[in-house]
Amino acid sequence: MSQRPFLLAAEGVNKSFSGFKAIRELSFYLDQGELRTVIGPNGAGKTTFLDLITGRTVPDSGTIRFEDEHDLTRMTADQIYRLGIGRKFQTPTVYTDHTVFENLYLSLKGKRGVWASLVGRITPAQRDRIYEILKIINLSTKAEWKAGALAHGQKQWLEIGMLLAQDAKLLLVDEPAAGMTDEETARTGELLLSLAGKHTIVVIEHDMVFVRQISAGRKVTVLHQGSVLCEGPVDQVQANEKVIEVYLGRSKH
Amino acid sequence: MLAIALLLIVVFPALNALHVSIHIYGDHRLEVDDFTLNLWAKYLCYAILAISVDLLWGYTGLLSLGQALFFALGGYMLGMHLMLMIGKLGQYKSDLPDFMVFLGHTFLPWFWRPFRSFAFAAAMVFLLPGLLSLIFGWLAFRSRIKGVYFSILTQALTYAGSLMFFRNDLVMGGNNGFTDFKFLLGANLRSAGTQRGLYVCTALLLVGVYVGCRWLTFTRFGLIQRAIRDSENRVLFSGYPVARYKLFVFVLCGIIASLGGALYVPQVGIINPSEMTTDKSLEAVVWCAVGGRGTLVGPVVGAIFVNALKSWATRAYPDLWLIILGLLFIVVVVLMPGGLVGLPGQINQFLRSRSRRSDSDSPIASDSPAPASDAVSEEDSGSAELSALKGKPLAPDRV
Repeated sequence: MSQRPFLLAAEGVNKSFSGFKAIRELSFYLDQGELRTVIGPNGAGKTTFLDLITGRTVPDSGTIRFEDEHDLTRMTADQIYRLGIGRKFQTPTVYTDHTVFENLYLSLKGKRGVWASLVGRITPAQRDRIYEILKIINLSTKAEWKAGALAHGQKQWLEIGMLLAQDAKLLLVDEPAAGMTDEETARTGELLLSLAGKHTIVVIEHDMVFVRQISAGRKVTVLHQGSVLCEGPVDQVQANEKVIEVYLGRSKH
Repeated sequence: MLAIALLLIVVFPALNALHVSIHIYGDHRLEVDDFTLNLWAKYLCYAILAISVDLLWGYTGLLSLGQALFFALGGYMLGMHLMLMIGKLGQYKSDLPDFMVFLGHTFLPWFWRPFRSFAFAAAMVFLLPGLLSLIFGWLAFRSRIKGVYFSILTQALTYAGSLMFFRNDLVMGGNNGFTDFKFLLGANLRSAGTQRGLYVCTALLLVGVYVGCRWLTFTRFGLIQRAIRDSENRVLFSGYPVARYKLFVFVLCGIIASLGGALYVPQVGIINPSEMTTDKSLEAVVWCAVGGRGTLVGPVVGAIFVNALKSWATRAYPDLWLIILGLLFIVVVVLMPGGLVGLPGQINQFLRSRSRRSDSDSPIASDSPAPASDAVSEEDSGSAELSALKGKPLAPDRV
């Protein structure tokens, strides 16, 4: 185990919704620069877990520490946002009536007040950063397109680009491949792989082909009934009997 | 745009002042008589009100049904000064405004006294609606009231305002309001010259408001405003204090409407509580929809067009006016999502889809798809009414 503190460390987290235990005694550790995939059957608590990290829901007990010094369970959603935790939702939420460029411009890190928005002008440095991100997310030629005119997959990439623009230290990506064509899925995988190392990323996913692509020897976490069932490289996880029993055995894969 | 501004600010009043009458053909003459100029002054005041509605509705997705309240409040603030400037020239030859004498008041209520000063009245045109919208907006946006609930609350606000002003004990003229104004800053309001000056002020204000709002929509603020309309949650998750942005727009629009109202009163010569009823607010919403919401030219075009139509229809077919207005609204909502200003683009698109159809020779593909920009983000894809409420242009097939 590394000497550096974990970027994210959840310990003994519990959360129940009117009696239903969505998360039970969950412990989860994430190193700086990791690309971690979280899989699990429906109702395993994957999305609830993201809600807990981003401050959308407060756990009943347990701690979630970010960079060792911040306890996320005591912070509000916008404070957590300012720490540099960005989240991509399942359905793409981009500004459909704005251009791709404007979408990224609004997401760039910077002052958020009313006054700043009235007097602020885009700086050359910001412009360069936006073009850099456009290149990463493969939308350079569509900078002036309205985001609403993009294909579903491109919208997902744009939203990942918006997380990059906000300079998030931790990217939480919820089912990025949902509703994508095979080709789009493969390109999304490439995009996430190219970001690994520079950013710490947690990907929640169902599609096992996609999971194989992006995990490539990296650690995969299997959630089941609100806690970690097992962790390890994808082959090892898929060979695990408990996993086969609860999840993989029933999957279409 | 500059040409239209010059036409409104310079050419119209100049034609009026010089009594130019351009002979067109037969008995038809183009001239701007005092009555016409005064009518246009009224339209332009309404256009200012319409811009304030659209900046909220078309740009921020906040359908305020209370803008007439701010319009009327601005009118009342200047009206109080005008009432005091009548002096002893009223029916009762008293220092007090006529309605106070009539109601048996013997002295001027305390809150009327500072209105002897024009500067104070002018300041109140900004302050009172500004403060009211600040308090109301703060309460509403802090508790995240949006959509139809916001519309209902603003409607209730303006209804409460009109009920209050209808009462005689408020000492604001009751249901008769204020009228019979004589002087403004020493100038006789009955003279054509004064009215022309006021008209020029109105045209200048309209152009100023238009240019100011246009600038606003091009700033990052404008981008955020429209982002709030399309995907409020995303804006929140990008760390923007959405409530403060909404509050800023709401207060700004309250003040814009109030300025329009303040110029309306000396030119129309009367202000009463019927100006702040909910149907007046709704009319302003119709102007925006007819002209084209989500643009700044739209509300101006809509306000002038609908009111010109009203001037004509209430003379030609007085009983049918409300039916005409209702039909107009339905036609626009169902067939012309972009309003009058969106019509050229719509016709263009229609012609293109027709020619495409005849090229491909497939009658099945007749329904032209909604333009991509109209796609509603998944988060917001609720009912069509919701989209309409948020001020987004609707594709006809969705209504």
